[in-house]
Amino acid sequence: MSDPRALYQEVILDHNKKPRNFGVLENANRHAEGHNPVCGDHITLHVKIDGEEVSGISFEGQSCAICKASASMMTGQVKGKTVAEAETLIQEFREMATGKLDVHAQPHHLGRLTVFAGVSELPSRVKCAILPWHTLHAAFKELDNTSTEKDF
Amino acid sequence: MNVPTKNQPPLENTLIHPVSMNVEHLRADFPILKHSIHGKPMVYLDNAASSQMPQQVIDRLTHYQAHEHANIHRGVHTLSQNATIEYENARLKVMNFIGAKEAREIIFTRGTTEGINLVMHGYGRRFIGEGDEIIISAMEHHSNIVPWQMLCEEKKARLRIIPMNDAGELLLDEYAKLFNKNTKFVALTHVSNALGTINPVRGMIATAHQHGVPVLLDGAQAAPHIAVNIQDLDCDFYAFSSHKMCGPTGVGILYGKTPLLEKMQPYQGGGDMILNVTFERTTYNDIPHKFEAGTPAIAAGIGLGAAIDYLTAIGLDNIAAYEHALLEYATQAARNIPGLKIIGTAQHKAAVLSFILDGIHPHDIGTLLDQEGIAVRAGHHCAQPVMQRFGIPATARASFAFYNTFAEVDALIAGIHSVKKVFA
Ligand SMILES: Cc1ncc(COP(=O)(O)O)c(C=O)c1O
Repeated sequence: MSDPRALYQEVILDHNKKPRNFGVLENANRHAEGHNPVCGDHITLHVKIDGEEVSGISFEGQSCAICKASASMMTGQVKGKTVAEAETLIQEFREMATGKLDVHAQPHHLGRLTVFAGVSELPSRVKCAILPWHTLHAAFKELDNTSTEKDF
Repeated sequence: MNVPTKNQPPLENTLIHPVSMNVEHLRADFPILKHSIHGKPMVYLDNAASSQMPQQVIDRLTHYQAHEHANIHRGVHTLSQNATIEYENARLKVMNFIGAKEAREIIFTRGTTEGINLVMHGYGRRFIGEGDEIIISAMEHHSNIVPWQMLCEEKKARLRIIPMNDAGELLLDEYAKLFNKNTKFVALTHVSNALGTINPVRGMIATAHQHGVPVLLDGAQAAPHIAVNIQDLDCDFYAFSSHKMCGPTGVGILYGKTPLLEKMQPYQGGGDMILNVTFERTTYNDIPHKFEAGTPAIAAGIGLGAAIDYLTAIGLDNIAAYEHALLEYATQAARNIPGLKIIGTAQHKAAVLSFILDGIHPHDIGTLLDQEGIAVRAGHHCAQPVMQRFGIPATARASFAFYNTFAEVDALIAGIHSVKKVFA
């Protein structure tokens, strides 16, 4: 990372301080819990799916800034998208965070989420950033409980 | 960084330094301490997880591997006999280090974890049964919880927990009340890795013995930092790890009183632990070999011997006094940081400073301090029940060794200030 603190930029700090879509979601029809046993990050997602559309989403929980900001920005990005579009973002976000997708060189749909690209250089923090996305995938698949230990 | 922290008196000069500690001199023995991380001088404050190794120990390992290596206890040739002598010499060093009576009370293991599992299997599986109770404390490392839980599940025995107060001190009255006719074992940490508490184990062992109950101490965090005398403590088992006391990974020690070790069943079967094997029947070797199946980490064991020589030359009392001064200095400075809360404020503490910052997750603290070259641990420290007790997900933990300096404590404090600035 050129600036070692690049990850802790305004956007991420702001979402950490004022997380969007934080709390319970009335009439959500999907819920999933995600936890990262290594560091104790723990989040719960509430999702409302209408037909193909993610019409509502919120999250709760206790986590580090990286995880919370990732969850907050994720909720903003996937609301109004179709499940299939959201799955594409999940895939791309995971690839970016694990260094497999170069957001400057390759096409993607991540938009502002590229502020998390730097996490790929902090191996111990990759899971923090991915946890919300992992949990969203579980919510779509109606798995109640997921953990970052499962498939990386 | 190098931002001097405000309102901080030059405490360093007011503290008593043990005369025999020349830290700069000692630091020169540790090649790794000269490293930089992210372009900053490395400040290594994760000694409770694993300590660093002085050149003397590195040289001993290299010399062994280059000139002395052979398998032990089984060769008639010179190299094997010499390797055996060196390895057994290391056992004697451990024996003297903890004041054990006999070399056969010293069992080489893979580490603290394996030592505890050995006792769970060798003693627990044989002598603990349905309805029996095992006492552990609220501040145990997972390695002194999970094996006992496994045993309880298998034998339908019951785990009883010694509670602690908000400072991280065990409640001794409650401890005494836990004993009854079903109590069969006590497993207790000497020093807490998450809180730094030094438990009053001598009295606690005496209490258990009044009830005829044997006690295992987890000495992983005690052996490197305070002088341990097994006779004085009168514990029945004592487990610790080489890699936390300037020795190599892959080796640890289990001390056990001879009569107990003799009536225990072996932990693993294989070479070295037998006297005679036929397909009908095997007779086991004497202790300690009964518990040392297979080829051990020979180089690591000899390296541990060298680490003990190194620590003994400095003197554990000097180490404890110096580290205590570091802890006092760091504690005072940390208390002056608004929004910082120290987790673990026991009256008797080893050099562990666990803390949380208002509104900042310990993992973010760890990552940002790392950018300043400062290595601390962030997480639950393999002590999730401790985190639950304090209602927090994790802490950041700085843990000191005798080769840390007061200037490094200053760097930590300045680093914490700059973490706060990022989140301001
Ligand atoms: C108190 C305590 N007990 C046990 C252990 C386990 O030691 P090891 O991993 O060397 O077996 C540790 C080390 O993390 C510890 O701090």
